[in-house]
Amino acid sequence: MRRIVGNITWLGRKEFLSVLRDWLLLALVVYAFGPGIYFQAQSAGESVNNAAVAFVDNDRSPLSRAMREALYGPWFQRPELISGARIDAVMDADTFTFVVVLPRDMAADLRAGRAVTIQLNVDATDVMQATVGANYIRSILAREAQHFTTGEAGAAAAQIELVLRRAFNPNGNSTWFEAISALLNWLTTLTVILTGAALIREREHGTIDHLLVMPVTPFEIAMSKVLANAAIVFAAFTASLLFVVRGLLDVPIAGSVPLFLSGTFLYLFAAAAIGVLLGTAARSMAQFALLMIITILPMMILSGGMSPVESQPQWLQYITWFLPSRHYLSFSEAVLYRGAGVGIVWPEVVLVGVLGSGFLAVSLILFRRAVTAAGP
Amino acid sequence: MRRRFSEAMTVADKCDSIAVSVRSLSHRYGDSVALNDVALELPKGTLAGLFGPDGVGKSTLMGLIAGARKMQEGEIEVLGGPMRKARHRNAVFPRIAYMPQGLGQNLYMALSVRENLQFFGRLFGQSAGEREERIDRLLRATRLDPFPDRPVGKLSGGMKQKLGLCCALIHDPDLLILDEPTTGVDPLSRRQFWALIAEIRNTRPEMAVLVSTAYMEEAEGFDTLHAMYGGRILSSGSATALRDETGTDTLEDAFTALLPEQARSDPVDLEIPPLEQDGHETAIEARDLTRRFGDFTAVDRVSFKIARGEIFGFIGSNGSGKTTTMKMLTGLLPASEGQVELFGHKVDAGDIETRKRVGYMSQSFSLYGQLSLSQNLRLHARLFRLPPDEIESRIKELLDRFGLTRHADDAAGALPLGLRQRLSLAAAIIHRPELLILDEPTSGVDPAGRDAFWQILSDLSRDGGVTIFVSTHFMNEAELCDRISLMHKGQVLTVGTPDEIAADRGDGDLESAFITHIRENDDDITDDEEEDAEPKERLKSEDEARRRPRGMAFVRRLLAYTRRESFEVLRDPIRMTFAFGGSILLMFLFAYGISMDVEDMEFASFDQDRSPESRAYLQTFDGSRYFERVATVESRAALVELMRAGETTLIVGIPNGYGKALREGRATAVSAWIDGANTQRAATIEGYVQGAHASYLAARIRDAGVDTKKGADLTVTTRFDYNPTVDSIMAIAPSVPAILLMMFPSILMAISVAREREIGTITNFHVTPTRRIEFMLGKQLPYIAIGMINFTIMTAMAAWLFGVPFKGSFSVLALGALVYVMASTSYGLLVSVFTQTQVAAVFATMVISMMPTVIFSGMMQPVASLEGGARLIGMAWPTHYYMYMSVGAFTKGLGVAELGSEIMWIALFVPAFLLPAQLLLRKQAR
Repeated sequence: MRRIVGNITWLGRKEFLSVLRDWLLLALVVYAFGPGIYFQAQSAGESVNNAAVAFVDNDRSPLSRAMREALYGPWFQRPELISGARIDAVMDADTFTFVVVLPRDMAADLRAGRAVTIQLNVDATDVMQATVGANYIRSILAREAQHFTTGEAGAAAAQIELVLRRAFNPNGNSTWFEAISALLNWLTTLTVILTGAALIREREHGTIDHLLVMPVTPFEIAMSKVLANAAIVFAAFTASLLFVVRGLLDVPIAGSVPLFLSGTFLYLFAAAAIGVLLGTAARSMAQFALLMIITILPMMILSGGMSPVESQPQWLQYITWFLPSRHYLSFSEAVLYRGAGVGIVWPEVVLVGVLGSGFLAVSLILFRRAVTAAGP
Repeated sequence: MRRRFSEAMTVADKCDSIAVSVRSLSHRYGDSVALNDVALELPKGTLAGLFGPDGVGKSTLMGLIAGARKMQEGEIEVLGGPMRKARHRNAVFPRIAYMPQGLGQNLYMALSVRENLQFFGRLFGQSAGEREERIDRLLRATRLDPFPDRPVGKLSGGMKQKLGLCCALIHDPDLLILDEPTTGVDPLSRRQFWALIAEIRNTRPEMAVLVSTAYMEEAEGFDTLHAMYGGRILSSGSATALRDETGTDTLEDAFTALLPEQARSDPVDLEIPPLEQDGHETAIEARDLTRRFGDFTAVDRVSFKIARGEIFGFIGSNGSGKTTTMKMLTGLLPASEGQVELFGHKVDAGDIETRKRVGYMSQSFSLYGQLSLSQNLRLHARLFRLPPDEIESRIKELLDRFGLTRHADDAAGALPLGLRQRLSLAAAIIHRPELLILDEPTSGVDPAGRDAFWQILSDLSRDGGVTIFVSTHFMNEAELCDRISLMHKGQVLTVGTPDEIAADRGDGDLESAFITHIRENDDDITDDEEEDAEPKERLKSEDEARRRPRGMAFVRRLLAYTRRESFEVLRDPIRMTFAFGGSILLMFLFAYGISMDVEDMEFASFDQDRSPESRAYLQTFDGSRYFERVATVESRAALVELMRAGETTLIVGIPNGYGKALREGRATAVSAWIDGANTQRAATIEGYVQGAHASYLAARIRDAGVDTKKGADLTVTTRFDYNPTVDSIMAIAPSVPAILLMMFPSILMAISVAREREIGTITNFHVTPTRRIEFMLGKQLPYIAIGMINFTIMTAMAAWLFGVPFKGSFSVLALGALVYVMASTSYGLLVSVFTQTQVAAVFATMVISMMPTVIFSGMMQPVASLEGGARLIGMAWPTHYYMYMSVGAFTKGLGVAELGSEIMWIALFVPAFLLPAQLLLRKQAR
């Protein structure tokens, strides 16, 4: 046991030194965890933000004006008036995302109790903005109409207000969520590339043979790479969490920082194990790069950071279950925003650890096979 | 007047007869001086040699003369013009041939023999007919004609060098520069190589040849020798002249005598005392050792037995299985059949204890180049578990003994080859092993360095009782061994003491014995002498062929790179599979996986009122296909706990007195708590809750409307254009290709250039008339093609597999995709220009492009609604424009009128990436 720890320490030290001597790698790591996190966190307003709306106003009543004025920032731009003939043209050209068509005599009909139909045209190519925005517009128009009819009558109709409250992030500040999503992306990308590339480089330069004739086991070689690279990324991550996310971006952290950091280290272990797995499976750097894209992009996109996991079809959810990033993201959300403790998040933590060990085990098997199958 | 005229004539004559003239040339790498005021003249038709130890500037000088390196101080004139001028370089490149150091260093391993030659022929603008004729002639002359279709990677070292020579000669050069062409080549191949050079010189008598070599006996045959040391030329002249000048008998002694006083090491009189025949304990025993790779038998039933303390030499032709055998001895490679015993124990890959008794030095330098010498040694000491208090003294002892103390803190990668080999040996013996396995440890090391190296081996064996198993191509080294074994084509031909073997077949000369043995056992090897007359005829040159139109050459060279790059990709089936399969897989995963569609959203109710009215309200949610009630909360505390645990993301709460208020016609409120941690999801849920609430109100008013006439009877009909069912897939399927067409082509492109730099084939770009733009565009074309095939596949998938109707103009979208892939490959080129290694290229390409491609491209959120820096980043990257095009062409049916401007924007990125890349790409190494 002491021998294993000693070997891993000394091999890890070597990994450390070689990364620290590569200024380009270091510069990219700093970029990722500094400006990279900052820009992404600051990027998004609401999912409906500054949307362009046009009105075709065939009514020209105080009500129609009130409706127009009820749509305002930050969700919507000031609505513009257009003629009915131009609806198709402006939507094709992407000038407006929403076009509201108010019918002739709308106000009068409403007051007379006759049914009125407003047409809302939505550019649904951006699904998120389309659905959320259409719902906003619908309820705003309904509110205005309600106000118009009942307000004058004076009598209070059965009026039920809907109070929406967001827990854990009351203002719906997307910086919080984006910051964590960005951290996860960079953690994954950097760890997988650094670890995998370290292994490939060792193989391309023939130094791996050299290691294997020493009293060192493949497990120790793999572990030293996993731990050293994970530690480098972990240091950058911790600095980024404290100074960029909490300091510069002012994201409050509800839960325990030590708990979050330990979970992160475990995740880094899992990500590095994936790096080792890719590094062993690939025969050349070109193959490694392709494998890496095929692995990293799903980890970024399908883990819940970009679109909810619940929205994935069931069969895909079974596949994404194997992504440690998915469990890590739900762990981070729970700890950082909801202030969840170990009692709640332990299943995710265990899962990340188990998946990581699984990947490492598979790569050790492949590793042995790759060494013995090597050509003359 | 007359005199002056004749003087001018002489100068002109002289210029005409001089191929290379070097004056006061100096060169430095950072702080270290590689060349210091060198002057040299090489007349046409002569063969001149550079010799001297490692790291004295031979390769630098040759690289500068060849135009591969950027000159610093001094002047070089080659074939009548200054090499400093790019115009002259381009004009004379077709007349110079340069073979860099290293076996097949400038060849493409995945390509066949013929394809390599074709590539070089194309670079020099030869037409197909002329090229094939020359190739056939050269292959016959070098006797490579039986294997034109064999991949170069599978050739032996000697054959690689012959092929390298063919590639150099394909354009009939007037100046041939060969940097250590015979290093690491077996004696037979070496002899054949020099015979070939002699032959070529016969057919092209005006050609000048500049060679560097580590073999003194080769140097004997050169017309002129330039002895180099410390970046200077010490003396020049024929071998005889040098010997006479110094009054010595051998070239080696002559060289030592030329050295400055302080550099002269004590002459090593290398004498290895005979092995004392005590005990006869067996160190290694191999029995019927066999190793097969597929159909190929690399090692065929090899057996031997080596006694403790013996120095056992392993000689044989390149590719005869020496390295494979050694790897089996160390346990790196399991044997297919047979077995090895070290010290009476069977070698087992997992056996840690045996490894501590063995030291191994592989053929290539395999220590860590970035670490310093002492760091490398310390790492070894730790891994071999030397007692910690001994480590520093052991390191110091070894550094002293190997003369490395001065370099202790230098990075190992920066050392000259000879010193690196000494460091490798130091690392291999740091744990005082009982057995040393050394695979060509002195390949590329100068004679003095080799002597010093063998002195150490001798001490280890005779004083320390260490058994040494060593392979070598140097016959004088083989003579030093106690016993040698001759290996060829996987089999041991003979084992014995050097004297026995030499006496048996070689008339007392080991090298002749070696050659005789191999000739006897190999039918493939044709005799040089027998068909001497014919090749001369075949090698005749056609000088008139050199004048060719320029415009065509541009296209030819460009396509030469394209063709070569395509072959390399096509030969790598795994890379091909991933390049196409990868996009199919990701397209599939993302099209299904990225979805904002909500169905059966789990929610909990918190009903404090428990009235018919409150149940009616909740009924609206229960009845909707979007919501599914999973829990009923009883208390506020339970509500908080439920959400903290992430069990539900939505809780609908109805306050006490809700029903009463409604019955009395008072205003009241319901509330919805949404988990706001994931803001995107929260916004979506919010929208759905508002929708459900609105439909409840509408229903209620409709029910009550007739009576009260107070509610507004308003319906908003929503028409979702372009995507009537608001399926995410309609937007995502056309967006995903924009991401993948950026990622895959750019990273493949970046690696392809970085790889050339890392393995050394970039030299071909440096020393041929290739222009930067030809090199870049030529390499770019295959990746553009891969991108376009991917585009077609993904478009087809979107249209047929995912059922996204394609309404717009396919040709416009295809044009956009073409321009877009040109932009992404250009980006890859730009990254590759400022990264030195493949690792850095992969890392940089990925890290820089990831954000603007995936996050800020508008897939999840329109770029127009991004804020601040993110928006700028999104706008300053081509992905956003192409994604808009793709979505527009699919769902909105847009054509050239609407998308023309997007194509223009994307097109702007091509020169924006390519121009800086072209400016920064160096045509010469530093």
